[in-house]
Amino acid sequence: MTLALIDYGAGNLHSVENALRAAGCRDLTVTAEADVVARADRIVLPGVGAFGACAGALRGVPGMVQALEQRVRREGAPFLGICVGMQLMAEAGEELGTHAGLGWVRGRVRLIDAAGTDAKVPHMGWNDVAPTRPHPLIVPGEAYFLHSFAFAGDDGDVVATTNHAGPVTAAVARDNMVGVQFHPEKSQHYGLALLDRFLKWRP
Amino acid sequence: MTVRARVIPCLDVANGRVVKGVNFVDLIDAGDPVEQARAYDAAGADELCFLDITASHEARGTILDVVSRTAAVCFMPLTVGGGVRTAEDARALLLAGADKVAVNSAAVSRPEVVADIAERFGAQCCVASIDARRVADGWEVFTHGGRRATGIDAVAHALRLAELGAGELLVTSMDRDGTRGGYDLDLVRAIADRTSVPVVASGGVGTLDDLVAGVTQGHASAVLAASIFHFGDATIADAHAALAAAGVAVRSH
Repeated sequence: MTLALIDYGAGNLHSVENALRAAGCRDLTVTAEADVVARADRIVLPGVGAFGACAGALRGVPGMVQALEQRVRREGAPFLGICVGMQLMAEAGEELGTHAGLGWVRGRVRLIDAAGTDAKVPHMGWNDVAPTRPHPLIVPGEAYFLHSFAFAGDDGDVVATTNHAGPVTAAVARDNMVGVQFHPEKSQHYGLALLDRFLKWRP
Repeated sequence: MTVRARVIPCLDVANGRVVKGVNFVDLIDAGDPVEQARAYDAAGADELCFLDITASHEARGTILDVVSRTAAVCFMPLTVGGGVRTAEDARALLLAGADKVAVNSAAVSRPEVVADIAERFGAQCCVASIDARRVADGWEVFTHGGRRATGIDAVAHALRLAELGAGELLVTSMDRDGTRGGYDLDLVRAIADRTSVPVVASGGVGTLDDLVAGVTQGHASAVLAASIFHFGDATIADAHAALAAAGVAVRSH
């Protein structure tokens, strides 16, 4: 079982790598090579920063988006997007302009609307992961969130929410793809257990 | 529920070793930062903060090694501050495994550094750290461990740094730091009530009640403390229990 952790210059790669190894991943490659992703059994897309910068960086890796489309969408390799890596699964992001995402789930990434409440933005800290429908990877618990923008879209693709001045998408899923807004690599036992389930997942 | 109030132990690190200042003098060597970080991870701390107080420029690389070794074994959010002067300094810490980087003195002389970091790496990882002392008509920003006055109004400075892109404000009372006399709640509240970003209260915790007051009276989103935890007066679980008893949402243990 080979896992490709995509290095596209956007974020906390080593934290995710450390956590995947701690969760039991033996064969992990941190890679910026599209052909490595095209052969991987599992794929993890991390991401920290602004949506547009991350989307641009991912598209800037030659052949990477095509490799992802082939391996994840057509061949069904299990995929996990984390934070902005999850947001990139959306159709578009509205952070510092409008930027196209991968379009794997139906919806857009928008600023959390906390106007008129005492909720702070960024949404920073531990909060609930509350499943809205059953999914083998997503269980109830507390995870660490660190974001100002969130996925808003088709309820059919949302599998968990949290609460920050109203419901905020915590996880999306479709077929062999899962995306989590929170950081499993920073969510202690809850996060490592989620990564363990991902490593064993056979969608 | 809602986002939980965070309890953040802070480790002062000099030359790769943990020290704790009492009013920033009389440093006591209290061990290996990675071992302490592991202990706080196991104890359920909501985040961890390293403040690098290494004096000499030559020894500054030691914090990168500490951060990297900590990130390899701790799966909790880590903020690192101290000596961050440029976006490149921030980048090195983020690459080493920090989740957030705190800027202090550099943001006094050049507030734009906050915008530089926020634009390159995102507001969520850019913490603006403000050291303040009470003066006749409010609070004034101090630098160099609280020794150097700047003439800058601390509340206005904090709000400006949030506007420039800081995703969090770490507010330390230099009057209270090391005294165990409790946070300067008026200072924390003056900032927290006027900004949309989370505020971390810092400086002066002596009892669990002080942590609770930081949230209930200071309106902080997170409470930072050092000696109360380091010297075993209270555990993270004690802190969470005290906050929960006061009706504050915290993580379950």
